Amino acid sequence: MSDVASDAPVLETYGISKRFGGVHALERVNFTLRAGEVVALAGDNGAGKSTFTKIISGVFQPSEGEIRYRGRRVSFDGPQAARTQGIETIYQDLALADNLDIGGNVFLGRELKTKFLFLPRIDRRRMREEAAKAIAVLDVHLDRLDRPVRALSGGQRQAVAIGRAIHWDARVLIMDEPTAALGVPEQRKVMDLIRSLKTKGIGVIFISHNLADMFAVSDRIVVLRRGVVAGERMVGDADPEEIVRLMVGQ
Amino acid sequence: MASATIDKPARWRGTLGVLASARAWIFLFVLLVVFELWSQIAYGTTFVFSAFNLRSVSVFAVAPVLLGLGQTLVIISGGIDLSVGFTMGLAAVIAAQVANDVGASAGVGVGLVAGIVAALAATLIPGWVNGLLIARLRVPPFIGTLGMYGVARGAAYLFSNGTTVPVNNPWLTFLGNGRILGVPVVVIIALIVVLLVHYLLSETLFGQYTYAIGGNRQATLRAGVNVRRVTILLYMLSALTAGVDGILYTGRFAAGAPQAGEPLLLDSIAAVVIGGASLFGGSGTVMGTIIGALIIAVIQYGLVFLDVEPFWQFIAVGLVIIVSVLVDQSQKRLGGGRQDE
Repeated sequence: MSDVASDAPVLETYGISKRFGGVHALERVNFTLRAGEVVALAGDNGAGKSTFTKIISGVFQPSEGEIRYRGRRVSFDGPQAARTQGIETIYQDLALADNLDIGGNVFLGRELKTKFLFLPRIDRRRMREEAAKAIAVLDVHLDRLDRPVRALSGGQRQAVAIGRAIHWDARVLIMDEPTAALGVPEQRKVMDLIRSLKTKGIGVIFISHNLADMFAVSDRIVVLRRGVVAGERMVGDADPEEIVRLMVGQ
Repeated sequence: MASATIDKPARWRGTLGVLASARAWIFLFVLLVVFELWSQIAYGTTFVFSAFNLRSVSVFAVAPVLLGLGQTLVIISGGIDLSVGFTMGLAAVIAAQVANDVGASAGVGVGLVAGIVAALAATLIPGWVNGLLIARLRVPPFIGTLGMYGVARGAAYLFSNGTTVPVNNPWLTFLGNGRILGVPVVVIIALIVVLLVHYLLSETLFGQYTYAIGGNRQATLRAGVNVRRVTILLYMLSALTAGVDGILYTGRFAAGAPQAGEPLLLDSIAAVVIGGASLFGGSGTVMGTIIGALIIAVIQYGLVFLDVEPFWQFIAVGLVIIVSVLVDQSQKRLGGGRQDE
């Protein structure tokens, strides 16, 4: 990770538009995300936040415009393509298999193998250890690694999902309402997780309805309204009311 | 509720967890104690410490164990296979007929092998169709395999002209009734299948993905796992264990009956559930299913041994299912679940 805290943009979009039939969901959106930067995407329902993140993560193809990732022009023909390049979405439902342990989840689809005599077998012990390292990077430590992630708290589960992304070399994380459905202490834990991602040089796109969360954790706030960028503010020079005005268009 | 589970000392949770995972064992143990006391008091003989009884119970358990193994795989993945009973019947009549026909011209040994191969190959067809319906066409497992229940049933009766096919192959009947070093051959074969399925489920990627699909199918897909292929294989394996069961049935009774597995379908599901699996998928073990099947076999054989009217078997097995699910749920409320949210 040579580009920690550098000014090089890890992800840029130029003139992204998306139309569904006659509906203009996005109009010429320009957007930049640097390594180690947290950018909050703000906007009312229907403003285009989720359409935009779905384009970045390969779920939708843009009708117009281009995406540049780590300096190169890219187009993803599906979410899997974006993931293998290092753009990962942390979904609200976390995409964890609740009944598997942390090793099983971090390595789901990419399990480590060993041999017992001549029989191939899954190396659960090593998967657990590696998974524990992956979330220790986020300063999350579990006392027992062999339990299903169902038994973990909401914040710990977020850590497993994020730890998996980092372990597989994600450079851009899209987090959709990561604090929704969590208690206050767990919300704080998730905010800490996002801050620690900054120090790892990972770019984070953070979608939230909670202005306080945005101001607490992000460097920059990009406001979308009816598919266009209504404004962009550094967190240091913005106040919440101004953001709300941009969101509702007054 | 959330705060209560956080405050509960970890040790207390641990004890409950151990109790829950040992639930099926405790059931089995209590059952054996009850039958032993009953037998001692009513007849003055032992129930548990008789080699004959142990052997009989183990033979009784073979059929629900084998059907239950396939069912375990399917249930862990969040599905269910209602067609196993008649898939077993189909295998039973095919094994009998082919062993007879081929054996008549090519000799007993060739007849046996041909019967086994034909029966197992035939079961792969309903298994594969089940898998395609469920994995590719997204038919709910309950409906898809219910349809196959009817199709396999009709096919089995058609193949056997609606009657039982008597077997004249002595090797096949040895498979069903013989013993090696005092151990029934059916039990040895069942143990081999048990070990294979256990290995598959607990040590291989296939097993890991079976659990993952049952836990969160969407997440497993997103992780790049070929969920379709795993699902199709699961239903084919389920049909295959039913096929083995059908062959052993034919050997044991020296006749292939289309309805061989009819009463066993619910036993197979019961064994899985008593063994601690959730019908919502994601959990279950081979060991649990074996204990579940043993509990069913002990009840069935024990009540016969104690000269109780056979209809009580249904009631007893039914009650065990209900009680074991109740224990499971109360354990989840008390000690399991998520710590927060």
